[in-house]
Amino acid sequence: MSTLVLLEGADDLSLQALTFARRLDTAVDAIAFGEPPPAPGVRTLHVAEVDGYAPQAWARAIAQLRATTIVAPGSDRGNEVLAHAAVMLDGVLAANVIEANGDEVTRQRWGGSLLEQARLHGDVRLMTVAPHAVAVEPAEGEPAVERFTPQLHDADLVVRAGERVDTSTGGLSLAEAPVVVSGGRGVGSAEGFGALEELAGLLGGVVGCSRAVTSAGWRPHTDQVGQTGTKISPDLYIPCGISGATQHMAGCKGAKKLLAINSDPEAPIMASADYAVIGDVGEIVPAITAELRRVRA
Amino acid sequence: MKLVVCVKRVPLTGGKMVLTADQRAIETRHLGFTVSPHEECGVEEAVRIVEAQGGEVVVVTLGPPEAEEQLREMLALGADRAILLETDGSEWDPEATAAALTEVIEGEAPDLVIFGNESADSGGYQVGIRVAHALGRPVVTGLKALALEDGVLRGQQETGDVYRVPLPAVVSVKEGINLPRYPSVPAKLRARKKPVERRTPTAGPPRLEMVRLVVPEGRGKQAEVLGEGPAAAPAVVELLQRLGVA
Repeated sequence: MSTLVLLEGADDLSLQALTFARRLDTAVDAIAFGEPPPAPGVRTLHVAEVDGYAPQAWARAIAQLRATTIVAPGSDRGNEVLAHAAVMLDGVLAANVIEANGDEVTRQRWGGSLLEQARLHGDVRLMTVAPHAVAVEPAEGEPAVERFTPQLHDADLVVRAGERVDTSTGGLSLAEAPVVVSGGRGVGSAEGFGALEELAGLLGGVVGCSRAVTSAGWRPHTDQVGQTGTKISPDLYIPCGISGATQHMAGCKGAKKLLAINSDPEAPIMASADYAVIGDVGEIVPAITAELRRVRA
Repeated sequence: MKLVVCVKRVPLTGGKMVLTADQRAIETRHLGFTVSPHEECGVEEAVRIVEAQGGEVVVVTLGPPEAEEQLREMLALGADRAILLETDGSEWDPEATAAALTEVIEGEAPDLVIFGNESADSGGYQVGIRVAHALGRPVVTGLKALALEDGVLRGQQETGDVYRVPLPAVVSVKEGINLPRYPSVPAKLRARKKPVERRTPTAGPPRLEMVRLVVPEGRGKQAEVLGEGPAAAPAVVELLQRLGVA
């Protein structure tokens, strides 16, 4: 058996995938594109010459290294590239794996709200590693770096990332904010978010929301925290009037502390909350803002 | 312009996952069902394209007979007809799913095939890509914006990365590419009369074989209640100060 890990760069998810791969095999090779990233504990780091990001070309380069176990980060690109590689190698792909042992894996479903134990039947097994499910472990040893130019088919370069449009809004991003104040259906209306904006502003944070809110058109989808929205990891998360459906919880698992404000003490969100205030969001949030202003004055 | 959109029926899970006794499925006796969120946006996107340029939207699903309910919802959203690849309700692995969809799509020969980036339930991240390879078409995933002009698709991901590929092509989209409309009552009535064709494909043994499902252990914590109503504000501010965010 031979184990190969895709390193997208020097990012956390790549290092998590590398830690995962090292648990599977004593000798791990890696592949990267462009600048060689740090690859501690890797035997050989293959650096493929491909111009830019072309998912099928990246997969072709991976396929040419003939590994039997292939690991990648559970990022958009990691999942995409391994799906292409699985087709090229007639392999079996399991996405968002958290544990593997031989041909058995445990993988996430529903954004991590449910786990699946699965068996992979095939000579080539491919896995992406669920984000933040594996703690990065340090390792000794610098890899031997080998550069190569993969043999590409014409079709491999048809899909390629071109220019990048600036999508930043200039402000603090939801994914990186230290404090997120989110509103759900319990906020009552689009106007009700004014009070949340005010509190978030005072705390140096940003406003988020649940899927019910974006579906109602009260807030843009870029504000949505959840399985199909943004995954956040703030120091403090304050969900206001959010019941805590699995769709939402899949997006805020990374929060260090959670303060739920909800009229229903039995709401599912309470099972994930560190702190809670019970009552009407429309009264409580402005009261907190006023109290903050008072103690700061 | 002819478009095929592939959708999946998934349960509306609410706050808690409860499994069936054999641990191979979610207990759905008390749950409603819906279309995976990314895919609903895929149907909305296809309908908007046809509204602007003319053409036809065909919605395809692989699932139990009851999945007709989700196909009717997509017909109410504006799709023209639907194809139901009927199963006995057991789960098909990504390869078997892709093979069955490929056969249907080859017969339809659309200009564009739209998938959701990943299904809400199994989240395998591969059916669309497998179908694209089987069809010999380019595939771009995770699109948050797309436009068609002179036989070329321009797609943009949330990172801002832009792709240009020639049609015919396959794409997957993410929720947020649009806000799906709420179907009107006349649209729902019209949807009842639109054609839903049923076929019964067969699957080989799965290569990604689900053994059993497990509900992950919760954080097992009991929330500390700081108070009730606006009177809790001082306790909250004290907490914010203690956490160093105030």
